[in-house]
Amino acid sequence: MSSLIGYYSLIFGVGVSILVIFFSIKNFNDTQKLDTKVISLVFLQLLFVIISFSGLILSFVNSDFSNETVFNHSHTTKPLFYKISGTWGNHEGSLLLWLLVLTLFIFVFLLRSKNQPKQYKILTLLFQQIIIVGFFIFLIQTSNPFNHVFPVPKEGLGLNPILQDPALAIHPPILYLGYVGTSIIFSSALAAVCSNNITKIWASHIKKWVLVSWIFLTLGILLGSIWAYYELGWGGFWFWDPVENVSLMPWFALTTLLHCVLVLEKKLILTSWVVVLSIATFTLSMCGTFLVRSGILNSVHTFANDPERGLYILIFLFILIFLSFFIFLIFHKSENNNSKTFYLLSKETSILVNNWFMMYFLSVVLIGTIYPIFLEVISSQKISVGPPFFNKLILPFLIPFMLAMAIGPKLKWIKSDIEDKIYLISFFVISLILSVLIIRNLDINFLYNTILITAAFYLFFITLRDFFHKKYRNLSQIIAHFSFSILILSILFNNIFSSEVIINLKINETYQAQNLKINFENIEQENKQNFKAIKGKFIVEDQSGLIEVMQPELRIYNQPNIVTSEADIKTNIFTDKFMTMNYVQNQDYFNIRYQVKPFMIWIWISTILLCFSGCLSLIRKKHEN
Amino acid sequence: MNILKFLVSVTFLIYCFSSDLKAKNLEIEITKNLRCLICQGQSVYDSDSEFANSVKFLVEKKLNEGLDEKQIYAYLKNKYGDWILYDPGFSKNTYFLWLLPILMFVFGGAIILKKVILKKKKL
Amino acid sequence: MKTKIFPIFLIFTFSIIFFVFYKGLQNTNVYTPEIKSEIKIPNFETKEFFSKDKINSDQIFIGSDYYLLNIWASWCVPCKEEHKYLMDLSKKENIKIIGQNYKDNFDNAKNFLINLDNPYDLIFFDNDGTIAIEWGAYGVPETFLIKNNLIIKKIIGPLNEKLLSEIKELTQ
Repeated sequence: MSSLIGYYSLIFGVGVSILVIFFSIKNFNDTQKLDTKVISLVFLQLLFVIISFSGLILSFVNSDFSNETVFNHSHTTKPLFYKISGTWGNHEGSLLLWLLVLTLFIFVFLLRSKNQPKQYKILTLLFQQIIIVGFFIFLIQTSNPFNHVFPVPKEGLGLNPILQDPALAIHPPILYLGYVGTSIIFSSALAAVCSNNITKIWASHIKKWVLVSWIFLTLGILLGSIWAYYELGWGGFWFWDPVENVSLMPWFALTTLLHCVLVLEKKLILTSWVVVLSIATFTLSMCGTFLVRSGILNSVHTFANDPERGLYILIFLFILIFLSFFIFLIFHKSENNNSKTFYLLSKETSILVNNWFMMYFLSVVLIGTIYPIFLEVISSQKISVGPPFFNKLILPFLIPFMLAMAIGPKLKWIKSDIEDKIYLISFFVISLILSVLIIRNLDINFLYNTILITAAFYLFFITLRDFFHKKYRNLSQIIAHFSFSILILSILFNNIFSSEVIINLKINETYQAQNLKINFENIEQENKQNFKAIKGKFIVEDQSGLIEVMQPELRIYNQPNIVTSEADIKTNIFTDKFMTMNYVQNQDYFNIRYQVKPFMIWIWISTILLCFSGCLSLIRKKHEN
Repeated sequence: MNILKFLVSVTFLIYCFSSDLKAKNLEIEITKNLRCLICQGQSVYDSDSEFANSVKFLVEKKLNEGLDEKQIYAYLKNKYGDWILYDPGFSKNTYFLWLLPILMFVFGGAIILKKVILKKKKL
Repeated sequence: MKTKIFPIFLIFTFSIIFFVFYKGLQNTNVYTPEIKSEIKIPNFETKEFFSKDKINSDQIFIGSDYYLLNIWASWCVPCKEEHKYLMDLSKKENIKIIGQNYKDNFDNAKNFLINLDNPYDLIFFDNDGTIAIEWGAYGVPETFLIKNNLIIKKIIGPLNEKLLSEIKELTQ
């Protein structure tokens, strides 16, 4: 029943789209104000999508296996929480969620932008409707979440257990808020180009949307990372996996855009660049959806793989690209050439430098991700592009990037000089000494790592001092740069100082090394709602005599029948101790991995701080208005 | 002066920390750079499949036989092709892969340089 | 003039990207390894299954006979499926079937052979799976057809009717 309602709501939703487009075009030239009818219709559309989405959730909650999506992805013994999160843990449901966020955002956009010109609003709505209709058709045609199964099966196939995790339950909605937020930026930039409305006011208006998308995208990536760390069971948090890269690309574009919009807000320069970035941001999000959903890439995260779907998104994506391209060519008037030049030491230049590096990072990730596809098509050779490639091309460039990040914000608009040079130099010396002390004893490339850590420390100290020193001139900026420095520092330290042992242990055996003792005490069995748990108990003693009891777990899920390994992680503010246990085919021992990972928690904290700085910027803007 | 105190304490902490660390394990480094061919986008190190475990043993064996990192990569590449190596290396297949981003960087730098220097000449 | 070249260039680039993605969609993302034929077989040392005697690979693959190397394990379900085809092939005179017992328990493996019969002319151990890697294998079951110390055919996964007749044709 709820499936039926859900399906028809979708159909009505498309119908409303046609009405919205009709009335907006009618409204375009006639009255001064935006017709309230249009807003009501947009609301109606949102309502239909909400009903449809609720219908799907209800089917999941009731385990209504006459619905194909529910049958494929749910099971009666699954906990309620994962029944609900299973709604968007699959292709069909997640697309419905996309649609929900799309309609929600355009509605909020119309409510929130009362002071904007009417024609601009209508154009934004029209562009957004093109995207919405595209997704409606995609959903109904190729991935209908309400397909019927007959005869009705008694039991569902279940959700992949590695997806049954709290972080992953909220990861997709948050990430989609970020992805889809970029659609508003896209539509609004195109509308602004068409109606010739690129002004400082537009910049500060769109800045909020850029910020909101940026915050959600950052948070979404963070949640994905946390999930990978806890659930995938090998103690890493970032693998340069295509699916991760795909979320990183719009993030780079958004971060660049955010900085550019800050310029545009103050001075009317770089307008073409802002428009190009706005288009690129959404295009990259769509491109990501295409790469992930079409199954063209080989990745940890398996998704439904259907060439027809891939083809649809591909065509839709390129229609949007060419549409925006021609609109840009036809309508865009490039700015006065005079204002295009900058002084070397000015905020404008420093933001250009930010853009320069960000675009470089973006190109590395983009090329690294899609190059194998190109090579395979052209020469049918298969290569892998993995972490070594990205580390080699990104890490060295972080050094000048972070130095610029430290000094750039100190410069003033138009023309300035570097102030308090003594401080800047002395901080650099301190960072250098500190890094040398840290790296000195280690068996790694001394020069390279020292410089890298020096740059990160430098940014850290400079921003820290700014935080206490300046009278909160731009708090959100300082916090953002500060948290970025912590992020990089903790990633570097984590990388350099992580240590681990991989051993095979039988019950009651003890592993003894120079500075570590692991005793395998026993195993226990437990029966849970939809899995059987085998819990190992290990006593770990490190060289300082500190004793820790670790209890990693093997879970044997009933439906689908999959064994997963749950890590036991002991976190404190300096290090994480991480242990996993794995079953070995045909042996009476277990394979144990024990890792000590320093500063792990700071990676999460710094990213949360980064999001917080975004929120701060959002709130402050509101106060000023 | 608060900052200075803070600096000293941070230095001290990190210094203490760095003293008891051991050298990187070469076997782990190598297996991290190998793709588990029967898995979906996992490295040999990350995977617990039979294939990955065998490769881990093999790497250990080859290291004991005295082969270095490069020789082991070459050995596996010979058996399984480029697909197994996460580091694509610099060869005629990957010129564009490595050079295109660098080219973009140089290109971007040139644009910025042009904008910034033009004004200087005018003054 | 300059303003015109750039858009055309961009359209061109996007079209190429579209084309490549379109082509890429036709390929499956499941990795099917290319079967390199005519590679030399690896050299390794191992133990014989029943006698536990040390044996070198050049003592196993001698001369110009056809050899069929089959990687198997008692815990591997598809191995049971393909067993009847191996039995069928073992009746052929001009082909020797060599078993590589992959990461197995000796007793289980022996019972497997007692219950299902033994098609192999010779079996050797691969306890840690490294010999399988030497062969360039991916898992169990996997089968290699060898002549003159060269791999002339590589079969990933269990044998079936079609593959059986192919092997028979090749060894005629």
